Amino acid sequence: MTAVPAETGLKASSERGRLARARLLRGLLPALSLVLVLLAIAWLNPRAISYFGFSLMLNLAIPIALATIAQMFVIAGNELDLSIGTFVGFVGCVTATWLKDAPLVGVLILLGSICVYALLGALIYLRNLPSIVVTLGMSFVWQGLAILILPKPGGKAPDWLLSLMAFKPPFIPFPIIAALLIAAVVHFGLMRTSYGVILRGSGGNAAALSRAGWSLLKTKVMLFALAGLFGVLSGMALIGITTSADANIGNGYTLLAIAGVILGGGEFVGGRISPIGAVIGALTLALAASPLLTFMHIPPDWQVAANGAILIIVLAARVLISRRER
Amino acid sequence: MPEAGTEIIRLDGAEKHFGAANIDIIRLDGAEKHFGAVRALAGVDFHVGAGECVGLVGHNGAGKSTLMHMVAGTLMPDSGRIAVRGHVEDNYSVPRAQQLGIRCVFQELSLCPNLSVAENTRINHTTLRGFGWRRKAADLIAAKLDEIFPGHSISASDIASDLSIGRRQMIEVARAFTVTQDPLELVILDEPTSSLDAHTAGQLLAFVRRFVAGGKSCILISHVLGEVLGNADRIVVMRDGNVVASDAAKAFDRDRLVTTMGGAEAREKIAAKIATQKPETGPLRVRARPARQEDGNELVAHAGEIIGLAGLAGHGQTDLLLAIFAAAARTKTGIEVTAPVALVAGDRQSDGIFPQWSIAQNIGIRSLKRLRNRLLISPQREAELATFWQRKIGIRTPDMNNNIFSLSGGNQQKALFARALGSDAEIVLMDDPMRGVDIGTKLEVYDLLREEAGRGRTFLWYTTETEELDNCHNVYVFKNGRIVANLTRDELTEEKIIQSSFGDAA
Repeated sequence: MTAVPAETGLKASSERGRLARARLLRGLLPALSLVLVLLAIAWLNPRAISYFGFSLMLNLAIPIALATIAQMFVIAGNELDLSIGTFVGFVGCVTATWLKDAPLVGVLILLGSICVYALLGALIYLRNLPSIVVTLGMSFVWQGLAILILPKPGGKAPDWLLSLMAFKPPFIPFPIIAALLIAAVVHFGLMRTSYGVILRGSGGNAAALSRAGWSLLKTKVMLFALAGLFGVLSGMALIGITTSADANIGNGYTLLAIAGVILGGGEFVGGRISPIGAVIGALTLALAASPLLTFMHIPPDWQVAANGAILIIVLAARVLISRRER
Repeated sequence: MPEAGTEIIRLDGAEKHFGAANIDIIRLDGAEKHFGAVRALAGVDFHVGAGECVGLVGHNGAGKSTLMHMVAGTLMPDSGRIAVRGHVEDNYSVPRAQQLGIRCVFQELSLCPNLSVAENTRINHTTLRGFGWRRKAADLIAAKLDEIFPGHSISASDIASDLSIGRRQMIEVARAFTVTQDPLELVILDEPTSSLDAHTAGQLLAFVRRFVAGGKSCILISHVLGEVLGNADRIVVMRDGNVVASDAAKAFDRDRLVTTMGGAEAREKIAAKIATQKPETGPLRVRARPARQEDGNELVAHAGEIIGLAGLAGHGQTDLLLAIFAAAARTKTGIEVTAPVALVAGDRQSDGIFPQWSIAQNIGIRSLKRLRNRLLISPQREAELATFWQRKIGIRTPDMNNNIFSLSGGNQQKALFARALGSDAEIVLMDDPMRGVDIGTKLEVYDLLREEAGRGRTFLWYTTETEELDNCHNVYVFKNGRIVANLTRDELTEEKIIQSSFGDAA
């Protein structure tokens, strides 16, 4: 009789081993797609695989990674942020004007915009509004504000920001170090700390969380505030690279950020997200977006369409692997 | 009884212990609750003493869940008062209840599917934080699982969604008994065994007895009356938002309980009826061999038969049902299906119900071909089908066009039965469909199944409740994905099933 539970246990653990393997495979998929893109680049243009090449190719990856992390926080709570792109543009305009000319005002505006994000979270929770609608509306607000601040392209990034983004560490290109740092910090905060569990749990089973005595208002506000914070960092990083701003500079980031999260192994609902995956997803997209296509001699007119095609292929591969998990 | 309220002494501060044994852990006086026009509780008096296991029974909708939500602090009564250990609690809430050592395992599973077992434990303990909290949480839950369910084979790092529904229930129960900073006085177990097989259910109930013997208290809600009769010290019966009886468990037997609960009459001798009804062997409907079967055992079902699938939970019964379901659409080796098939899902929230749809739409979805008028679905025919089954199966609702969630759990399940029985399916597969359904509904559905079987329909019925197997003509016992025994009606006993479930695979 005593041997019996052990035997059923064996069966259960092999079953779970299968599931764990499938999850590992899914977890490796973002890294795998990044390696594929890198191999393609190496094959097309071996000289690109160098310190200088990476610094150049991955330059724009930092703001994309930060915007992706911002989107990931929102997705962790089963919401979607359609305003992150224009928000990044708005932050860029503030950075290139106020933050340089009147740093205190600039900082206050940026802090205020994070508060607006937090309030949006509260509004969405309290009034039970669909986040897609609220953030779609907000995207026009941010865009309008950006145009008010900077009607035509211009402005200049603060010097300290320029020198930070131009930092050249030895051996490893700066974008790679920055990506590792972002991934490590967010992974620790969201996946390892005890409050990170609560934040993710609010996406997994909100009712269970409130029954255990946690405030869902607080988790929602927290997730949106974090999204705002990383949106601000993304906008600042972007201006540090481009040196001047444009009201439309971040518009493409909304979809890139969503795609980055999903590519990185996240799911739209259920609180299933992966910060490390999201950063890798952002890097993959940044590389696939323009360097790869340029090396493939695809004319710029076709690059946007080719970009979309790459997205579909990679996401389709993810779905195939997720299905094996079932 | 009302005088009891005046005895409650209002005290502030840290006073305690005066004749502690006589003070109730919790006492509700005149608790009333309305949801819109519906009166869920009509002034209920309820109390639990220290070292007492109170069994709470009643049909779905009798007010048990509402009452328990109040005890747990998730709902506030409209009027009446709550006292814990003699103190009147004016601002009773979930955090307050937890501080006072009152926990609840809710009927709907409340784990976060995206989190690991240890992380799910953390959610219930605010003090599991800071450096090393993951280790502490993992040790805490693992130790409790070992204590309640020896040989459970659950690891603290497993992600909840990877585990079977039975294992998830085990974790939830174990989690409620874990202790960090707050004391543990009273645990409410709402249908704790609904997804557990007989073996683990036994482990849990034995633990509950040990827990109560240690001076703690427990409220046990179960539709399996035998569990309540065998484990509770006192039984409280609810009906229509009132407490209709409260007496020592010894004073009740099954018949008295069922009569007190009202509604359906006690019917013990289904078995005899089935035996006399044993049909002529009709044409073959299903012949299926589980994928992992190595010997010649196979499941055979003819027209008019009710076939039971038994054994420990998660040993391949559901897999076989799903394989048969798939084989009806596309030929599969080892499985022969000769008639249309319908499936009544067990996990009705995730596999059964279309949450945004009305009751009528939920019933009609399996019969769209018949409801179609050229290219469109005829609302009239849909309504006819729904009304017919509303009457036949007794779905309690003022309007079949209401959203499916306006129904209680038992009535939702009836709608799913109506979906299967209202279709053209001659074979109905049932994946433990009676989970958490009250006995009144069950008896009604059993009758219907027998009637439909009499008309030549075939039922394949996986159930975790041994009592339900009494309705079957033939029972196949599963172990490790294989059929290990085939028992006829006359050979069927609980011992035999357990013996086959644990015995060596043939």
